[in-house]
Amino acid sequence: MISFMPSEEQSVMKETLAKLIQNTIRDNAHDMDEKHAIPQEFIAKFRELGIAQSPIPEEFGGFGLPASPVMSAIILEELAAGDMGYAVASTLPSLFIHPLLEFGNETQKANYLPPLASGECEATLAINEMHFKFDAACPKTHAEKKPGKYIISGEKCYVPMADSAKYFLVAAQCDGENCLFIVEKDMPGFAIGECEKNLGLNTLPTFKVHFDACEIPEGQRLCGAEGYDRTLQKTRIAMAALGTGVSRASFEYARNYAKDRVQFGEPIASRQAVAFMIAEMAYEVDAMRLMTWKAASALENGRDAKRESYLAKLYAGDMTMKITDYGVQILGGHGYIREHPVERYYRNGRSIACLEGLAIV
Amino acid sequence: MINLETPEYIKNLTSGINNLAKSVLRPISRKYDEEEHAYPKELDMFRGMQILGRPKKKKKDDEAKQDSGNGKPKKGINLSTVAVIEEMCWGDAGLLLSIPNAGLGNAAIAAVATDEQMERFGKMWAAMAITEPGAGSDSGSITTTAVLDGDEWVLNGEKIFVTCAERSDCVVVWATVDKKAGKAGIKSFVVEKGRPGFKLEHLEHKLGIRASDTGTFVLDNCRIPRDNILGSPEVKTGTEGFKGVMKTFDNTRPLVASMATGIARAAVDYMRDKIEESGTKLDYSKNPNNISSIEKEFYLMEAHLEAMRLLTWRAAWMADNEQFNNTEASMSKAKAGRYATLITQKACELLGPLGFTREELPEKWMRDSKIMDIFEGTGQIQHLIVARNVLEMSSKELK
Repeated sequence: MISFMPSEEQSVMKETLAKLIQNTIRDNAHDMDEKHAIPQEFIAKFRELGIAQSPIPEEFGGFGLPASPVMSAIILEELAAGDMGYAVASTLPSLFIHPLLEFGNETQKANYLPPLASGECEATLAINEMHFKFDAACPKTHAEKKPGKYIISGEKCYVPMADSAKYFLVAAQCDGENCLFIVEKDMPGFAIGECEKNLGLNTLPTFKVHFDACEIPEGQRLCGAEGYDRTLQKTRIAMAALGTGVSRASFEYARNYAKDRVQFGEPIASRQAVAFMIAEMAYEVDAMRLMTWKAASALENGRDAKRESYLAKLYAGDMTMKITDYGVQILGGHGYIREHPVERYYRNGRSIACLEGLAIV
Repeated sequence: MINLETPEYIKNLTSGINNLAKSVLRPISRKYDEEEHAYPKELDMFRGMQILGRPKKKKKDDEAKQDSGNGKPKKGINLSTVAVIEEMCWGDAGLLLSIPNAGLGNAAIAAVATDEQMERFGKMWAAMAITEPGAGSDSGSITTTAVLDGDEWVLNGEKIFVTCAERSDCVVVWATVDKKAGKAGIKSFVVEKGRPGFKLEHLEHKLGIRASDTGTFVLDNCRIPRDNILGSPEVKTGTEGFKGVMKTFDNTRPLVASMATGIARAAVDYMRDKIEESGTKLDYSKNPNNISSIEKEFYLMEAHLEAMRLLTWRAAWMADNEQFNNTEASMSKAKAGRYATLITQKACELLGPLGFTREELPEKWMRDSKIMDIFEGTGQIQHLIVARNVLEMSSKELK
């Protein structure tokens, strides 16, 4: 039955993460952004909750609980409301785990799930490419089928935490079909480039990775077009959830600021010019969240979410920019100064429309 | 548990209504737009269909208690109503407003009428008269007066923008019984057509929803029976009574939001057909910057349409589940009213010559949708309500 109300389990998760964000991430987000790093113990605090392990079958060291796209969306929004880079970094292995669970064969699962379940290594996803008219639906990186192996050539960018990852899920075309391949960092022809300098998401180290006729055994192919498409759907929903989170953070900060900031003898919030912007931020954040949940609900009910996920990300891409822009604007000159988080939200917010595949539900 | 999948019963309901909209409303949509003020007799088949004016059966206390509080989401009337209205307005919004016996006045009567009043007015087509030349959004400042004289109320004033002005059998008129009491003095009265001193002055010529007749009434020493007052005649101190009246807007605003969604969807569906007829496959996969401008605009229109519908459904769902939805109702109206206007404008722009001709319906939808950002509280009023709520500021702090 249709419901707009979170279950107790969903509410508890949201509250738990809200506390984590309030007590650790929000207060340190500025420092983390300036230093371009998240203290390991902050990542550990989220990892301790065992969310990445939750859907992994018990035989591979997980808890064997069913994956819930809606719950994932709730988690990502909450984390991104603290810091978007933190949201990506702390949930990182799920980017690899979810597609593996869905499309991996038994050998692949037995090889890769246990080390990920135990947390002994990191794994990430490589989708984006640094060229004009990039389209996740037709990557230029390609794989050539040879007897017993694939040869991958191309270059990926914005690969989250590639420096610490051991396993990479790589989006490439093979004979005109979109595929995902599992590449290990020591496979020949694979190289990690330098840490990228980006507009935002400073807390998240991203890297270029190079495939110079990278040779991988044929058993490393995870899935073809169908799995690829479904993975894109899940990452699009996740991007929309991240957009909702960062937008909400900007909205909440600007709202509180507008109530405190006194000009001409009264709070600026008492002026309709400002108040109406805040109203618009409020309902657009809600609209973004509902579209995210709508797409996630389709997956959760075993339905294809191609249309819903596409529209949710498109909407979130536009609206995140608009809302985080309003956030800076409401603070005026102060919004332009890095001490207030709205300037960071503005920079981070641009990523929703520019990039793909930073998280997954 | 969050689950935004459209339930089966809603799908069945809407597909049935969509057939009606397609076979009954669309074929006469243009006709009654051109023949403004003519009564759409084809709508007689809908007489009594409870859309806007569903009768509310009063529950006895113990029944009401049994019905609520098990904590499970309900299969409620508000959600199915917004779903039905979207389909009907996909057909034609002006015609929806012209469905006999389904006026806003009927909703007001159904909400508060006594059994005896239900007996007298229940079968009538009731219009609603709130707005005055000097009181639009500020409905607390109306100047129409009602004075008790023996067993009769004597009403004086002018009412404008009354929907179904000519076709209705009676009008629910807002008037003040005590100007000094401010909002607390405002009461509503059922004025039947034919009462001496009650005159339909003229019908308006409008931008859109022309199938719906909108008119101006003059009340010149109009006398009605004492029992024609809806609710208690007693003037209470404070504004609780008025707030109660305003609260009904929490239920009606999502209805208008769903009307807006229905018109916008008509435009989006029209666009989709044209795009696909031209040989372009909409596949929801390519980077939106690598497709044609028309395709990208289409996807954006569709995304906003989804947002409008979801905000509307949430407000209706909350009402079904007895949650206070003042903010969410206004959010849905603010978003849907504005974006129905923008979506239909954009559709006409993208359609070029097809978007400017009266041989096709998009230009009509562009005219029809504009009212959705105006009546039942303008977009600006909705923003004000949302802002006051999220900022936790009173109407004095945020004017």
